[in-house]
Amino acid sequence: MSPAPRGADDRTFLLGAVAYDPKVVTIWEGFRRWFDTQDFAFDFVLYSNYERQVNELLAGRIDVAWNSPLAWVRARRASAAAGSSVSAPVMRDSDRDLTSIIVVRDSGPIGKTADLRHKTVATGAVDSPQGTLLPIDRLRADGLEPGTDFTVRRFDVGVGLHGDHVGGERDAARALARGEVDAACMLAANHLLFVREGTLAAGTTRVIAETAPFDHCNMTVGEHADGDVVARFTELLLAMDYGDDEVRPLLDLEGLHQWLPGRLELYAPLEQAVDRAGFYDSDGHITASDYRP
Amino acid sequence: MDTSPLPTIDLEHLGFDRGAHLLVERALNELDAGQQLRVLGTDPNLKLHLRAWASARGHATDGNVVIKDDVLQQRWRSATRAGDAAAPVEHAEPTWGLAARGALVETGGPALALADLVERDAAWCDVAPRLHAHAMAHQWDPATAIDWTHADDLPVEVEDAVVQVMTYLVENEQAALMVPARHLVRIHPQYREVVAFLATQVADEARHVEVFSHRAALHRTTLGSSAVAGRLSLQTLVDEPDFTLASFLLTVLGEGTFLDLLSFLERYAPDPVTRRVAQLTRQDEARHVAFGQAHLEHRVALDPTLREELRRAIERRHDALRATTGLNADVEDALVLLAAGEFSIAAVAAGYERVQELRHAMHEGRTRRLVRLGFSADDADALSALHTRNFM
Repeated sequence: MSPAPRGADDRTFLLGAVAYDPKVVTIWEGFRRWFDTQDFAFDFVLYSNYERQVNELLAGRIDVAWNSPLAWVRARRASAAAGSSVSAPVMRDSDRDLTSIIVVRDSGPIGKTADLRHKTVATGAVDSPQGTLLPIDRLRADGLEPGTDFTVRRFDVGVGLHGDHVGGERDAARALARGEVDAACMLAANHLLFVREGTLAAGTTRVIAETAPFDHCNMTVGEHADGDVVARFTELLLAMDYGDDEVRPLLDLEGLHQWLPGRLELYAPLEQAVDRAGFYDSDGHITASDYRP
Repeated sequence: MDTSPLPTIDLEHLGFDRGAHLLVERALNELDAGQQLRVLGTDPNLKLHLRAWASARGHATDGNVVIKDDVLQQRWRSATRAGDAAAPVEHAEPTWGLAARGALVETGGPALALADLVERDAAWCDVAPRLHAHAMAHQWDPATAIDWTHADDLPVEVEDAVVQVMTYLVENEQAALMVPARHLVRIHPQYREVVAFLATQVADEARHVEVFSHRAALHRTTLGSSAVAGRLSLQTLVDEPDFTLASFLLTVLGEGTFLDLLSFLERYAPDPVTRRVAQLTRQDEARHVAFGQAHLEHRVALDPTLREELRRAIERRHDALRATTGLNADVEDALVLLAAGEFSIAAVAAGYERVQELRHAMHEGRTRRLVRLGFSADDADALSALHTRNFM
């Protein structure tokens, strides 16, 4: 692989992020100002979807990508196919050990996953790990093949954002509450959110299955990035202190209390789900026929 | 079932969709970071929601056991108290912002730049809380406190004179409203008693504008005149940027002088409505003067050299108004006629005499208040003589 490097004199560490919400500008503008106070030359580029961001990372046009877990999977596969590699030096505390669940109406007849045969299951967007790929794979593990054994009703909100937009899962929950579907898939934490905000009435839903724990976003670094600069970037993030009122607003906005070293083990469930869904091939090509980011 | 001696809370049927987190939070408050809490309950989603809730709070979980982390408490690590709830501190931090006095304030908030008076003594006086309480206890409703059903039975010229005096009072009260309104937002919320008092002063003045306007329009559809000289005099009050000097010029000297004017109206006005309006507004003005006088005495006691600044403020204002004619001639004549009550030679002579007495009383009052600020009798006499001929 032959990355197209930026100007050789440009030592600014460049981060890519996906603009899933207007607040992303606020977040990275804030980080840029803070990095500046740490004498660390930093800038960012926003992309409209994760696929383009991964392409740009692999082309060497950004040093680090603030990646969804699905974008990590594709970057890992595509870089390996090109004889290169990517690493994940840092992630949020809130990215670790998540689970997704399959929820039904408490008043209904469905008590276990097998009861979903010939039924309709609502999911988030086509490219949402937590709202679609992982929970569907959970049903697959119980012998239920989507499209064959049950119907998938997908809520494609923010396609290309890899489920960062919670709207798809919320729409799935609403469809369940209205009785339009028999089950809905969502992040376990979003079930609590939907119940607390009133999207789902308290006590009206039941969880019939939960996925194995998985990890979410990470900072994905390409081989082309300067190792010393990556080390400094990582060191600065890991030292961010929730007690420091300069950085606390940034951490609050980005939804974490502290940055932690990256780890890769808990991306295995998603790697498996991607394979079984045929979402990407082993070289990181997009193979899902109905995915148009 | 695990029976190890961990601190344990039983939520029974209560789920996180119905407020269970309050009980868990309370139990965790008793523990140190790293300690564990076992959470029992019968809600079917308990473990699922416990993990989601705990994770968002920075705590780890292992099944139904929460391992406490204190990362969220770090938010309050460098927090400070916004002074003392019981009494204002000498210096208030702009970054305490709008927080209640005595509240625990998270650092990192915006500085309240608008409130630049952050030193207690810049606006304080010890009687402020008492005067505020007095103000609250003595608010009055113009609709019920005044019997407005008064017949149009004054001689035409006398009614005209009353309308002219009311017209003059309205513009003076507009200034008396604007000056405290301008400064009260500059006072740091730490000194809330002063802010509260000034808010009542603003409300008082708004009511005065209303009642003087109402009296002016009782039997007339047009008001009297407004001369440039009067408005120039008031403009110097509105433009004064220093709170203490503005209080001195407006309250101690201007409203102080108005106390005598309102007493004059209460005594000599030709109709009961005007007399009642003057009586009620004078009670309010007396409170404003008491606050201004107390604040100035507080400041002078701390820094006697302030007297020189006060002297210069009077002289500066006198110089600025030197070229103006002073009191609107229409107002001057109206006061005489109002006190005369009719257009006879004897009545006009008496009215004129009463206005002369009023001027003398005003001068005496100002001199007395200046002496209380520590000026010598001679100084006070000379400075009082430099006061605007517009009265306010």
